[in-house]
Amino acid sequence: MTVLAVSTDSHFTHKIWQKEELEKMVEGGVPFPMLSDANGSIGRAYGVYEEAAGVDIRGRFIIDPDFTIRAMEVLTPEVGRNVSELIRQVKAFQHVVKTGEVTPSGWQPGKPTLKPGFTLAGEVWKEWKPEMAFD
Amino acid sequence: MPEKEGCLTPVEGVIQEPEPQQKSETQPAENGGKRFMSARVGQPAPDFVANAFHQGQAKQIKLSDHKGEWIVLCFYPGDFTFV
Repeated sequence: MTVLAVSTDSHFTHKIWQKEELEKMVEGGVPFPMLSDANGSIGRAYGVYEEAAGVDIRGRFIIDPDFTIRAMEVLTPEVGRNVSELIRQVKAFQHVVKTGEVTPSGWQPGKPTLKPGFTLAGEVWKEWKPEMAFD
Repeated sequence: MPEKEGCLTPVEGVIQEPEPQQKSETQPAENGGKRFMSARVGQPAPDFVANAFHQGQAKQIKLSDHKGEWIVLCFYPGDFTFV
């Protein structure tokens, strides 16, 4: 999996942030590339550029190997992400692509999947219970 | 990266898709003729080239160079911010 981080800061600023702060949080600094979207053009293309503030708000996109966007999550800046949920979604999409099965609400690796089709219509209640939506 | 990097290092940015062959006479293209791109699930990811910092080096990264991999693209409001 390739992780790319993007903000409107220059790559020079990224260098100093890594050195001054991130290396104090993560040994050796963050391992993924930090990209510069200095004019906001990338953020505009992804619908996350906030014109008034001149920044890219907190948007996260999962792109599959065929270059199709599979998932997107966009938050205003005050609330941070849940990395476990990101990893769960990537694993679920990888499972779906590999098997053709579908993953019901709350699915985690190892939990039952569903095989969509005519015979399952109206019978999901036998396979999936609401409590399975929660961790 | 260029060998000598100046204060300004413009890159290609968002790569516009080619214009459609047939243009409507009655509807002028929006956006000064550029196709408006927006990200949607189930649609191709808008491609771009950006300056980047990675493993102590300055480099340029093109999103579509990572075709064939699962990619997580994370935007955030700025370095030295809080959340």
